[in-house]
Formats: sequence, structure tokens, C-alpha cells
Amino acid sequence: MTTAPVRTIAQVAPLPLRQRVRLWVESEPVLAYLFMTPGWLILLLFMSYPFFLGIWISLTDRTVGLPTGEFVGLQNYRDLLRDGVFRLTVLNTFIYGFVTVPFKLLLGLLLALLLNQAFRLRNVLRAALLLPWIVPTALSSLAWLMLYDPVLSPFSWLLKDLGLIDASISFLGSRGHAILSLCLANIWRGTPFFAVAILAGLQAVPQELHEAAAIEGANAVQRFFAVTLPVIRGIVVITTLFSIIWTFADFQLVYVLTKGGPANSTHIFGTFAWQEGIGGAGKLGMGAAVSLYMFPILAVLSAILLRHVRSQEA
Amino acid sequence: MAEVIYDHVTKRFDSVVAVNDLTLEVEDGEFLVLVGPSGCGKTTALRCLAGLEEVTSGDIVIGDRVVTHIPPKDRDIAMVFQNYALYPHMTVYDNMAFGLKLRKVPKQEIDRRVKEAAEILGIQDLLNRKPRQLSGGQRQRVALGRAIVREPQVFLMDEPLSNLDAKLRVQTRGELIKLQRRLGVTTIYVTHDQVEAMTMGHRIAVMNQGVLQQLDTPENLYDRPANLFVATFIGSPAMNIFPAQVVGGDGTVQLVAGDVKLEAPPSHRNRLADYVGREVLVGIRPEDLEVVAGNPESEGGDTVRLPVELIEPLGAETLVHLRGPAGTLIAQGEPRIHLDPGDVVTIRVRKDHLHTFDPQTELALF
Repeated sequence: MTTAPVRTIAQVAPLPLRQRVRLWVESEPVLAYLFMTPGWLILLLFMSYPFFLGIWISLTDRTVGLPTGEFVGLQNYRDLLRDGVFRLTVLNTFIYGFVTVPFKLLLGLLLALLLNQAFRLRNVLRAALLLPWIVPTALSSLAWLMLYDPVLSPFSWLLKDLGLIDASISFLGSRGHAILSLCLANIWRGTPFFAVAILAGLQAVPQELHEAAAIEGANAVQRFFAVTLPVIRGIVVITTLFSIIWTFADFQLVYVLTKGGPANSTHIFGTFAWQEGIGGAGKLGMGAAVSLYMFPILAVLSAILLRHVRSQEA
Repeated sequence: MAEVIYDHVTKRFDSVVAVNDLTLEVEDGEFLVLVGPSGCGKTTALRCLAGLEEVTSGDIVIGDRVVTHIPPKDRDIAMVFQNYALYPHMTVYDNMAFGLKLRKVPKQEIDRRVKEAAEILGIQDLLNRKPRQLSGGQRQRVALGRAIVREPQVFLMDEPLSNLDAKLRVQTRGELIKLQRRLGVTTIYVTHDQVEAMTMGHRIAVMNQGVLQQLDTPENLYDRPANLFVATFIGSPAMNIFPAQVVGGDGTVQLVAGDVKLEAPPSHRNRLADYVGREVLVGIRPEDLEVVAGNPESEGGDTVRLPVELIEPLGAETLVHLRGPAGTLIAQGEPRIHLDPGDVVTIRVRKDHLHTFDPQTELALF
């Protein structure tokens, strides 16, 4: 038996240069980077550049109106640690985040479970549910401002009519009241996000699982814990992490309702950074430092979130 | 173990009647198959028995209890779903133990039953796996195991084999039959596959459009279909049906369709007497049309000559499509038959296997 002669690479005529370049560009690794370039550019321009600029500014004593500032090292960060208002801001942010999120989660879960039942006008209600989420926060915050009005507040009227209180409540007049009021408005605004996300998760729970569990003897509560919760667990965790991040980084609601007052006692990172850097003193370096104190917290949360999203995909 | 009774059960969804006045009795230990095309109400009937659907009217009895308004968990049944409905986050062991834990069965007893069922099904090595780590066939076994450990009075199975590939389906079919015979638990099995129905059931209930068409043993369903629907639904390839004129005269009755004239066998004469001068529907199964080799002389009116349209060699048999008096007739020929389209062949009709149906009521003439 004879074997057919095999041509070696050397015997094949080389391709013309243009074709070789085209082949190289169209090869998968090269093409992949080409496709990613626009994304990288956008990230560099609009995310990385401001981020590193912010870090640089936080290390200077730059103020609004002056083109440059002196490099001061970590002075801004050290000053902030000694600043009572900043320490209160940190505490407020944690209260704001960790008080509201459990309520939003619980209410959202309940709403989702309700809206997952079959009843008349369900779709209308589902749409209405999204309203707090759709209305611009600046606008809905104004509505809350009226609801919390020290004189005209309908809440006060209602409670007075019911004979539960004698005088109007000063919702935003003291730190304790103001923080509670902020939390209430935040819960109102954030609950729909939980409800909609969890509702989507609930709809992915196969009906057959419920039926199988019902036949095996599980009542509604047992079915919730044995069937529903494990299936929607991923969505609940991801939604919660998102909500914590957004609540930590909030600005509008607090800015419209209290502007951080009374007496700078209700600031959260966002509003305090704005006040330090732009609004009041115009100390850009200080404002940037306030914002950057938020970074490690959000970075850790984001890392957990990303890990969870990936494990869901797997 | 228990008998099951559907007593005039009707289930409506708004204006749609899914199950219409279903009455049937399933004996203790029987394997009953509910079969019919999709939308015929078989699954709804099963779900009514499970308690997953509330019946609109009528009663359902399991054992000596009327369970019509009893919730699923108190009906003492176990169900195997088409998609298995295994709890994705639980191991195989926990999937099987779940129902027993809910019923507060002692731990040791749970362990014993789960391991026993696992052994019966050959899934002992899979007990610590999660459903997503299992193949379709393994999941199917776990779903079965979950039903077995409960030791219920009745097994309900909703197309449990339809998600398996063809080979595995045939194998599992056989295992299921053996398992049911061994455990002796009354089983109601829903399928749209008439082969499954024929091979598995002690008796078969054929349903169409919510109405029970016939309840009988596989043999009787095949040999004595009660109406046109059952005749054409059971059997593959389906029974040939064609209209024929009934012509009577001096003691004989003939069925005439185009050029084809068949003398009705004596057994049919009485029932066809009322139809003389009218049309009936004639049914004949492909295996009762014999392709006669060569070109014999006509033998007493039981052979016809028809042109071949198409040959389908299936290996074990050959389906010969013939141009009949009204549309195609399929005859089941020998495996190595050599024919070409256009050939005219002689077909011997096994007249004692003829079926006749009233064209209006579509009921079989007996």
C-alpha cells in the first residue's frame, strides 16, 4: 500500500499580506478585544477617570472656584475621622441602610406573594405597584415633604382625628423623628423593587413542585419554606444586596426631605459629601474624601453580589 | 390498596367541559390506563382524583371513603408527574423522605423505606445527589421512589415516561409493569401513547373530548372497538376506514365501495340487515389486508385488486399503501416484499375481522 504524499507547510505558497492581516484580525482572540474596545473606552472615560480624579482631589485641599489645590496627603481623611458630623453621617447611613432593607424585603415578599395569587384586577395592581419606582424620586420626595409638613401633614390630621395625638408631629424636626421619616419614605420607594423582582422569581417556581408537595402533605406554610423559598433564594439575595448598595448611595430622598438637617444630624454619605464639597463650604477635597469612605463598604458588598450572581449562573 | 370510583364526575373550566360525566370503577390492585389525544380530559380526570382540581359535580371514592372534597394530602395517594417535580435543592434521599417527614414518620422507618425503595429502583448510589446531577431516567426513578416510599393506596402517574428517549421509555415501561405487579398498588396511569396503554394496562379507558369512549381490556379494545374513535385511535398504523354501500339480495349482503365488492361474512349479516340500501363505514386493520403473492384467481369475493401507491419497509414488516375506493388503504405486508408504486396487487381481506360503523352515530355495529 502506498501512502499519498503529504504536503508540508513549507511547500504551500504563503498567503498575500492583506489576507494574512484579515485572518489575524478575524481570529477569535483579536476580534474579541476589538469588540470590547468601545466598552473599555466608555468605562475608562466615564468611570475610571472620574474615580481616579476623585481619589486625587481627595488628597488635595482643592476648593470650588480655584483651579488647583495643594497636595495634603491623607489630611482630609484624618480631619473627617475627628469630625462629629461625619461620624454621625456614617452611623446614619448604616441605620438608613440596615433598617429599611429588611422592611423592604419583608413587605416586598408579602406583596409578591399576594400578587402571585389569581384574582380580579391583578394586572392593574401589578402595574400600580411599580408607581413609587417609576415616579422620579425628586418628585415623590416632594410629596413626602408635604406629607411630613409640620403644620399641614395629613398624617398628623388623621392621628389627631382618631384622638391618638393632641399636637401635630414634627416629622422632620428632630434627628430621631427625621431619620424614622426618611426610613419610612425610603421603604415606600424601595418596596416595589423587591416585590417585582421576587414576583418574577415566584413565577419561575414550577406549579408542579407545589402540587407534588401538596399531595405529599405540606400545608401552605410548609410549601413556602420547602418549595418557594429555596427556588427564589438567589433572587432574594441578589435583590437585597442591590438594595443595600442603592440605599447606602442614596442622595435625592434625604436631600429633598431634610438636606441633612436639622443641624446636620441626618446626613448620609451622599448628602454630606455634596454639602462639604459643593453645597456649603465648597471644599472639593473634603467632599471627595467623604465619598471615598463609602468605597470600601460598597466594594465589599459588590464583591459579594457579583460572586452570588456568578454562582446563580453556574 | 383500594379501589377507585369516579361517579358521574364532571369538571368545567368556565365554558369548557374538560371531563364530562365520567363514571368508572378501578379495581383494587388494577393498573388502569387513561388514554386519549391531548385535550381529551385524561389529565384533568387524574388531577381531580388527586384533589388538585375541584370537581364541578359528581363524586370520587378511594377505598371506602368519598374524597370529593378532601384535600390532596389526606387522600392517601402518590403522584408521579410528567416533569418529575423533584425538589431541586434537596438530595435524592431528602426528595424521597420529604413526604414521610411531613407525616412525622419515625426517622428509622423513613430510612428503611427510602433505602428499600432505592434498592428496588436501583438508585442506592444516587441518594446524596441533587436532581440536576441526574439523567432523565434517573430522575424518573427518583420520582417513582418518592411515590413508593409513601406506601399509598393509589399511584397516580401523569405521562411519566414521555420525557424519556425512545429506548429508555421501552425499558422503563417494562420495569414499571413489573413494579406495579409486584407492589400490587392500584395505579391510574395517564398517557397519550396507545402503545403504552396497550402494553401496560389491565384495562384501558379511552377518552375523547372529555367523554369516556370505552373501558375495556387491551384485547377487547383492539378487537371490538365500540366506536369509530376508539377503532382509529388504538392500533398503529391506524385502522383503514372507508364508506361502503350495503347491498342486499337473496340471503347475501354485500359491501360495495367503488369497484370493490365484499360479501359480508355471515356473522355480519344480521347487523347489516337494517342498513341495506344505506351507507356504512367499513373498518379493516392493516394486518387484516393480506398482500397475496402472484396473481391468483379471485376467490369468492374476499380478494380485491388495488394499485400500489407507496412502500414503507420498516424491517419487521412492510407497509403497503394502496389506492383504495375512497383514499389510501394501508396493508401490512411481509418484511421483504418487492413491490413498486403502480403495481396492481391482490389483497385478501380477512372478512371476519371487518368492523362496521354507523356513519351518523359512529358507533360500531354489533
